[in-house]
Amino acid sequence: MPPVTAVVHVAGLEKVFRVPEREAGLRASVRSLYARRWRDVRAVDGVSFDLEPGEVVGFLGPNGAGKTTTLKMLSGLLHPTGGEVTVLGHVPWRRERDYLRRITLVMGNRNQLQWDLPALDSFELNRAIYRLPRQQFTETRDELIELLDIEDLVRKPVRQLSLGERMKVEVVGSLLHLPQVLFLDEPTIGLDVTMQKRIRNFVAAYNERYGATVLLTSHYMADVEALCKRVVVIHHGQMLFDGKLEALADRFGAYKTIEAVLADGETISMQVPRNETSSATARLLAENDVSDLTVEDPPIEDVIEQVFAS
Amino acid sequence: MSSQPSALRSYVDFYATGMRTQIATQFQYRAATYMYTLGMVTEPVIYLVVWRTIANQHGGTVDGTGAGQIAAYYIVWTLVRTFNIVFTPFGWEERIREGQLSSQLLRPLHPVHYDMATFAGHKIPWLVMYAPIAVALSLVFHPTLDPRPIEVVVFIVAIWGAYVIRSLNHFVLGMLTLLTTRATSIFQIWFLGELLVSGRLVPLTFMPPWAQSIAAWLPFKWTFYFPIEALVGGMPTHALLTGLLWQCFWTGVGCVLVWASFKVAIRHYSAVGN
Repeated sequence: MPPVTAVVHVAGLEKVFRVPEREAGLRASVRSLYARRWRDVRAVDGVSFDLEPGEVVGFLGPNGAGKTTTLKMLSGLLHPTGGEVTVLGHVPWRRERDYLRRITLVMGNRNQLQWDLPALDSFELNRAIYRLPRQQFTETRDELIELLDIEDLVRKPVRQLSLGERMKVEVVGSLLHLPQVLFLDEPTIGLDVTMQKRIRNFVAAYNERYGATVLLTSHYMADVEALCKRVVVIHHGQMLFDGKLEALADRFGAYKTIEAVLADGETISMQVPRNETSSATARLLAENDVSDLTVEDPPIEDVIEQVFAS
Repeated sequence: MSSQPSALRSYVDFYATGMRTQIATQFQYRAATYMYTLGMVTEPVIYLVVWRTIANQHGGTVDGTGAGQIAAYYIVWTLVRTFNIVFTPFGWEERIREGQLSSQLLRPLHPVHYDMATFAGHKIPWLVMYAPIAVALSLVFHPTLDPRPIEVVVFIVAIWGAYVIRSLNHFVLGMLTLLTTRATSIFQIWFLGELLVSGRLVPLTFMPPWAQSIAAWLPFKWTFYFPIEALVGGMPTHALLTGLLWQCFWTGVGCVLVWASFKVAIRHYSAVGN
């Protein structure tokens, strides 16, 4: 049984895609007409985790790890091959209206806005789709527009917005119904650093203001470091890690960086194996006149790279 | 906390908003809409010219139908055709490929409502643009058209009935795209059937009795022939009302098939890449 407090409960989640396969060339093409070959691709293989109310969790993994497939199952787009999932007490793939009114899935490459019209028209359509009382809708819309500072964008046809601008109005459109659970799949993909930061701050503000639970995938570690205390890491569809972000470095960081400033102003920097940090530091102090010393975990990007490599 | 509006009010609100949104979209492309409307007229004008020529060669009638009645049939045909344009099954492949279906599935609304609301909205600008074309066609081809009030009322209901039936049928066909990657060939067979026994290519009264018998058991005639004949055919009142009942029947069948096909097909949706 899932813990009573869990907003998202995932246990042994599996998704297997059956895909046709053939060699290149005309002969193989003809053969596939009468003897088609299939291959089972295990995209998600026994993933389990729980999310507590108001948690912001990073869902990390390399391309093809199964992150998006997992998010699609959690949001009800895909039926799993096996396992158990409840989100806000609902089984997602039953796609009950009450469930869909309480969640959102934002994908960096997806566009739900009317291309030829100003975003305000799409927002109005969302009001009708989500059956939002007009006053509540107007208040929320104006609040979100202000929060993301897009007053001057929502009156332009969407087709005339840049990628970053479109992403911002897309995010607002996805949150008008004030979802309690946000599945964010690469929400900052392709955006410049300023725009990434704006989206990050917005997600943090939304989480704080509405107590929403957020599951976020991103290849930008700055997103993860800014928003997530906890991360879940998957690779080849399988869970590698579920815990605090800093614990990830403890477990997978193969080295630490020791930087020492000597009395004569010279700086020494060296990477040492994690289990040799103490002895290396002691040796450095014994052999040099050190005026300042720092010992740091490797950058999170390096840790993640190490995780995937392992 | 504001109270939730009733389900019926919510649907009315959604359909009104969806239609408004689409009308606004259409107005973004006025020239394209006008060219499309002109293109829509080409097909019936060709049929009309062919049948008038045949009528003139046979003493002014075809199977007892005069040239003026033929003109009325095809001018009203254009209006009916405009009304029963719906989201085609061919669009489903693009909808899936571009990720639009994923967006729709995330909404607390069955996708069929979205299609029906938006395509209902499309019709309003088309109707406005069609009006002068209809006047021009009438001046050129002199249709014989003198409907009774009940025929006008039934016609107005029937063209919407035709739209609903065709929308539901095409949604069911669209579901095949989720089961097989290229469902286009199946759609072609369906459209061939529609072309032949709906009254689209030829008024059903011009067809042999066996073809008319087949048409009676299929939904096609209720989306073309019946609405047209309701206005131009001088049908008795009971036939008009029976026709509406048949439209209700096919609407019911369509609803059940939409529900069942969506339930089955959506399990096969892979949402790969979007």
